[in-house]
Parts: sequence; C-alpha cells; structure tokens
Amino acid sequence: MEADGHWLTFLVLMLPFAGAAIAPVLVRFSGHNAAWLLALIPAFMFYHFTGFLGPVADGETVVAGYSWIPSLDVDFSWYIDGLSLTFALLISGIGALIVLYAGGYLKGHAHLGRFFSFILMFMGAMQGLVLADGFLTLFVFWELTSITSFLLIGFDHAREASRRAALQALIVTGLGGLSLLAGLLLIWNMTGLGSMSALLEAESALREAPLYLAALLLVLGGAFTKSAQFPFHFWLPNAMEAPTPVSAYLHSATMVKAGVYLVMRLNPVMGDTVAWETILPIFGGTTLIVGTLLAVRQTDLKLMLAYTTVASLGLLVMLTGFGSEKAAEAAVLYLVAHSMFKGALFMVAGGIDHEAGTRDITRLGGIGRAMPITFAAAVLAAISMGGLPPFFGFLAKEEIYAGLWQGGGWSGLMTLVAIVGNALMFAIGFAVALKPFTGPEVETPKHAHEGPVLLWLGPLVLGVAGLLTALASTLSHRFITNPMASAVVGEPVEVYISVVPHVGLPLALSVITIVLGVLAYLMLARGREAMAATLKAIGWGPDQGFDQAVRGSVRFSSVVTGIVQNGRLDYYMTATFVALALALFVPMILFGELPAVPAFPDLRFYEWIVLAIAFIGLGAVLYARDRLTAIVSLGIQGFAVALLFMLLGAPDLSFTQFMVETLSVVILALVMTRLRLSQADHRPTGEKAVDITIAAACGAALGLMLLRVTQVPFDDTLSVFFAEYSRAIAHGRNIVNVIIVDFRGLDTLGEIAVVMIAGLAILALVRIRAGKPIAAPKGEG
Amino acid sequence: MRTLIFRTIAPYLTSLMVLFSIFVLLRGHNEPGGGFIGGLIAASAFAIYGIACGVSPVRRSLYFHPMAISGCGLLVAAVSGLVSIFMEMPFLTGQWGVINLLGMPVDISTVLFFDIGVYLVVVGSITSIALALEERERA
Repeated sequence: MEADGHWLTFLVLMLPFAGAAIAPVLVRFSGHNAAWLLALIPAFMFYHFTGFLGPVADGETVVAGYSWIPSLDVDFSWYIDGLSLTFALLISGIGALIVLYAGGYLKGHAHLGRFFSFILMFMGAMQGLVLADGFLTLFVFWELTSITSFLLIGFDHAREASRRAALQALIVTGLGGLSLLAGLLLIWNMTGLGSMSALLEAESALREAPLYLAALLLVLGGAFTKSAQFPFHFWLPNAMEAPTPVSAYLHSATMVKAGVYLVMRLNPVMGDTVAWETILPIFGGTTLIVGTLLAVRQTDLKLMLAYTTVASLGLLVMLTGFGSEKAAEAAVLYLVAHSMFKGALFMVAGGIDHEAGTRDITRLGGIGRAMPITFAAAVLAAISMGGLPPFFGFLAKEEIYAGLWQGGGWSGLMTLVAIVGNALMFAIGFAVALKPFTGPEVETPKHAHEGPVLLWLGPLVLGVAGLLTALASTLSHRFITNPMASAVVGEPVEVYISVVPHVGLPLALSVITIVLGVLAYLMLARGREAMAATLKAIGWGPDQGFDQAVRGSVRFSSVVTGIVQNGRLDYYMTATFVALALALFVPMILFGELPAVPAFPDLRFYEWIVLAIAFIGLGAVLYARDRLTAIVSLGIQGFAVALLFMLLGAPDLSFTQFMVETLSVVILALVMTRLRLSQADHRPTGEKAVDITIAAACGAALGLMLLRVTQVPFDDTLSVFFAEYSRAIAHGRNIVNVIIVDFRGLDTLGEIAVVMIAGLAILALVRIRAGKPIAAPKGEG
Repeated sequence: MRTLIFRTIAPYLTSLMVLFSIFVLLRGHNEPGGGFIGGLIAASAFAIYGIACGVSPVRRSLYFHPMAISGCGLLVAAVSGLVSIFMEMPFLTGQWGVINLLGMPVDISTVLFFDIGVYLVVVGSITSIALALEERERA
C-alpha cells in the first residue's frame, strides 16, 4: 500500500500518544496551565481533519496505510469518509475543549499530569478506532479504548467504587471486544476481505455469506457492550465514578459511541436483512425506554445524564437498524446533536459540583445568579436536548419522526417508543439545566460563584455550536450530515431539514412530545418516587447480576483449583504419566497404527556391548538398594544410549545427551539430598505395583510409537533442503547448529527465554524452602 | 564427597571444562557443538566445582550472579537479531563479515553472537539452579 503524502495523517494518529508521553513533564513545569498547551494537540488534529471536509463532501474517500504483517496480508491502514471524518472531528474538537476543562476541573490535583496522559491516550485510541480500515487495526484500537477507559474510570484508584466501576467497564467492554474480534475474523474468513473499505466495496458479499447470522451476532456483541445497550447498560452509569471531564468525554464523543459507529459503519454491508432490522430496533428501543426510566429515578446530576446517554445510544441503534433512509439520516443528525449537548451538560454538571460542592439535584437551587455563564450554557444545551428550535437537536428530532413514521411494519410502535423516550429526555435535560439554577436559593456545601474560564469555556462553545450548526444548516448538511449519512446508508443521500418548521405529521408529533415533556418535567419528583418504588419491587438488576457472576466464577475456580491442584506431587506425576500413556496408546490402537514386528537387528558386536551396558544400567536401577544408587545407575543407561547415538552417526545429539545425563544425575542427586528422603524406598507393594504399571505402559507406548514412526516412509524434503542450503545461506557445515541459530533463530530465542524464566522460577521455589517462611499476606494469617 | 583428591583437582578440572566449553561453543557452526552444549558443559563444570569446594568459592569466582549472566545472554541474543533490522532485513537474519586478526582472516557474524547468547543463558540458568540446590544441602 502506498502512503506517500499520507504521513501527516499517520503523524496525527500518533500525536495523542506522543502528547501522553510529555504531559506529565509539562504539568510539572506549568501546573494546570499545561492544559492550554496540551489542547493544541487535539486542536491540531481538528485542523488537520477539516482539510478533508471539502473533498469528502464531494464524494471522495481516502484509503491509506502501511504494510504491517505482509505475510498475513495485514495492513495498518485508515479510511476517511463522511462517517469517520465526522467522528474524528467530534473526537478532536470536543477533545480540545475537554482538555481545557480538565485543566480547570482538576486544578491542583496531585496527579493532573497522569490524568492528561490517560485522556490523551484515550483520545488517540478512539481516533484510531474510527479511522481504522484494516480489521486488526480496528480491533487493536477498540481494545485500547477499553484499556485506557479502565485507567480513566479508575483514576481515583484509592476509592473502592472507582476500582469496581473500572473493572466492570473493562470486563464488559473487553469481553465484547473479543466477541468483535471473533466476528471480524469470521467475516475475514468468509469473504476473504480484511478491511472495511474492501468490505464496503463488495456490498452484498457479506449478507449472502453462509455464516452471516453468526458474524452479525458476534459483531453486535462488541457493539452492544461498548455502546451500553440493554442488558449491558449497567457499566456506563457506574463509570460515573470517573472525574467529570472523563464522563463528559466518554459520553459525548467517544467510548460509548464506538458501538454506534460500528453499527453505522456496517449498515451498508450488514443491514437490510430481517435479522438486522429486528435485533437492532428491539434492543435499541428497549434501551431507550429503560434508560429514560432509570434516569427519572436518579437525583445525582451526572447519573441523570448518564442514563439519558444510555437512552440516546438506544435511540441511535434503533434508528440505524430501522432500515429506512430517513431514519439513518435522523441517526446521523441525532448523533451530532447529542455529542454537542451531552458534552456541554456534563461539563455544566461538573462545574456545579466544583463550585457548589454537590451534584444532588434535590440539594441545589437558585445558583443561576451566581453562575450566569454556566447557566446560559446549560440552557443552550438543554434546548438542543429537548429538541426545540432553532437548535440542532430540533433538526434531529424532526428527522426522527419523519423517518420513523414513513418506515415499514414497526413504524407505529417505534414512533411511540421514540415519543416517550424523547419526552422523558426533554424533562431530564431541563431538570439538569433549570432546577439547580432557578427557584429559591438553597444552602449548598460551598458558596457558589462563577468558575474560572477553563470551566465554562467548553460548555459555552458546545452550546453555541448547537445553535450555529442549526442556523447554518445548509453548510452543516453539505459538509457533515450528507457525507456521513451517505456513508451510513451506503449511497449518496441528501438531508434537507432546516430550522423552519414544516407543517405536517412530524411537527404534530413534536408538539405532542413537548407537551408530554413539560408534563413529565413538572411531575419529575413524583415520577422519581414511583420509579424508586418499582425498582425496589423488582429488586434485582444486571448490575447485581454482574457481581453475582464475578463471585460465582471466583468460587467455581477455587473449587476447580481444589480438585486439580491439591498440592500433592505424586498425584500430579501420576496424572501426567497416565495421560501420556493414554495419549500414546489409545490413538495407536483406535486407528490400527500399531507397528509391524521389526526384523531381528543386525548389529556389530560393539553395538551389542553398548546395548548390553544400557540394559545392565536399567537392571541396576531396578535392583538398587537406595535411591542414590538408582539415580547413578540411571546415568549409566543414559550414557549408553548417548554412546549409541554417537556410533549411529548423530554426534551432536550424543554430545547433548551426555551433558544432559550428567547434569540430571547431579541435579537429581542434589534434589534428593535436599528433600531428605529416606535412603531406601519403603512404600507398600500395592503402590509400587501401580507405579511400575504406569512406568511400563509409558515406556512401551513410547517405544511402540518410535518403532511405528521409523516404519513410515522417510520424507527427506527438509534434510535435503538443509543439507543444500546450510553452507550456502548460513555459512555453516553443522546442520543441527545452523538450524538452531539461523534457520529457526526465533524459536531458539523463545526457548532460551523459557529456559531463563524456568531458572528464575526454580530459584524462587528453592529460596522459599531454604529461607524462613514468607510472611503471609495481610488478612490471611 | 569432599575428598582431598577431588578438592585438589576440581579447580583444574573446572578450568579445563570451561575452556573446553568455549571451544565447543565456537566450533559449533561447522562441527558438533554450539551454544547449548557448550553451556551445559560449563554449567556442569561449575556444579562440580561447587560440589568439591562449596558454593561460595563458585559464587566468588563467577563474580556476577548466575541469573544476571543468564539475563545478559538473553539480551545479547535478542540484540544480535536487531542488527539485521538496520540492514532492512527481517529480524534475526544472519549478517556476516570478515576481520583480519593477526594476519588471519576470521569470519565474524551476528549468528555467533546469538550462539554466545544461548551459551550464557544456559550457563546462567543451570548454574544458578545447581548452586541453589547445593547451598541448601549444607544449610
């Protein structure tokens, strides 16, 4: 793959990681003001991607990259079309605001540098994910977002709740990532296509593939866990344990939208089937309703917003899977609108928490006069969230109704679901934006006043952006919505919706939504009580289920460990050797591969002598009175075999055999004296008989197998190859050594690493016994 | 075990065996031998020395901890493979050169260093196991 001229994009892909490396140093020198410098990184990324707006709007796409594993045809490649470009702009644009906001929010925090590192790495991972073309590239970045979000959610690692939330997010999204990997590999295997761009070009190849449904389910497993679809939604609200800048970023532009991105990306090649148009609306619709209902229950500003994010993701999945062109356009519009207003509202919630000292909506009120700018930003965002004109959220909502109402069989039900969901989100949005700021002033833990510029800049910019993009809808449609919707639908489409209301059914539905929303807003306190009572009545949820699953697996593994590893060496040895004998014998008998009886060997007299020595050694082992003698006699037998190797023309092998024999005798003798065993073997005859049987079975099986192997016609391809090339290529006459150090050097490197690790492990074991007993870990003894 | 004869002869035997192990290591590419066998010979040499004269003289004479020798060997082997990357060839491709040593042409290669790495890993690991076991014997 040629990549000339695309090095700048590659640089931009790597830039956040470089930023992550220098962030702690910058913070050490300039404190929280480092945010201004670090925000330049996403700002530059944003600037770089705006350069693609024109060409992509004209229908161009960019595919570029570098060869990664040429022998497996794996590339590190990226793909820029309307969909990935919009995502890249959201990630970098909102990312810049988040970095600034974090500088204000975490000012003076002891680990601010570390925080910037994490969030920049996360940004890089997310950016790589949406731009990735090759499947492996996609997967690597996908799991990288899981890992970096683990670091971010668990940032406040001293608290138990943070650690649990981080672990939960990692387990859920990480497992989903493995499911995605399986799905991608399946697609790769079925179609022979290993990149998104190739898959999109092949259009219906995937839909007609035999294992389409399996691939679909696996990929959706990844998408649904990442995008917190019911019943995997529980990790997302728990992730609120992260500092607010993280929540704002995770919820608006990044992590949780990754699954939606994947669904949108695959819509042209996997959509338009019964399975797709059934699974997605059902899960999406359920998530929408469950999310909004759970949001009503909450009193914490961040949790209210978190559950509406769950609901919004459900709406997006539902729209994408609905199958009509207009619904896909609506999903695109709503995604952009949601990124802006949710980012803003989260930052507002963080600002309130920072200035007033609490996020509990029942303990807040009347701080609008003290924090006018934050208040303004909140209202701007809430209007967009509520879908009122003239904001971008309004465009999205109108398109949602237009799309759902026109569509197929599910139309009526889905419209109803969307109305209920939107009305509740309207109520929650305004509850977050109005309740804390208006009404009589309430005593708050801190005396509220307007925060520094870093704290209100982000929400204000995003709030105003929600207005401007809607007013200039021709421009935003041309550069953002149309290219992105075209990528989701799979063919060029145009979006016409503007802030001018059109008289028609969608408008009527909007009015119904708003009326319902206002009603819900007014009755929010009562609704909360009702929901709390309902949830208490149900009692069980997936969040508890997760804990039960974790506890269950721990218990299960400790039971299994108790059985499999009971700590008795003789038990392990018996199991190992019985398994060895069975593994050798059973297939030989089952498949009738027992060797023919060999002819009587024609050996020279000295070869007979060596053989006799080996047998004498064996006899000496059996008749030895004490263990030391037995070990040394075993050495005799080994030396005789080594001698045989020498006589039969394998000097290297015999050389090694001599040394291994010597060392094993020495080490066995040392181990024996160390274990302080009694000199002789005093076991009862029964036990001895069992051991003798197992030993004889292993020996016989191995011998028979070797005989059988030598009776198969010899394939000399490899010997000829090595004989021919070892001198020519590797400059060595000793084939054995040439293979070890040259032809198969990488294997050897791995092996010596194993030798060393084994050495370290043995050393540790010996030390444990030699020294004093190690102190038991706290809490266990 | 520690007879006078054994104790007297052990240092000479060990030196001879170590010398021999290096000889085996270096001739490995063309004749029977190589890093693995050489390493085993050297390890048995140290084991014998340890049995004859005790562990602390062996540790003193080795100067480094055997495990450090082993780690160093792994590093040497891995780094010898990196050379080819700078020649734009796959990792571990053998690179060859000839230098003049006292008027004699001597072949020198990354493969040789790889083999030396193998030798050091084997010597270090096995010796440290043997020494640890011998130490315990007296404790």
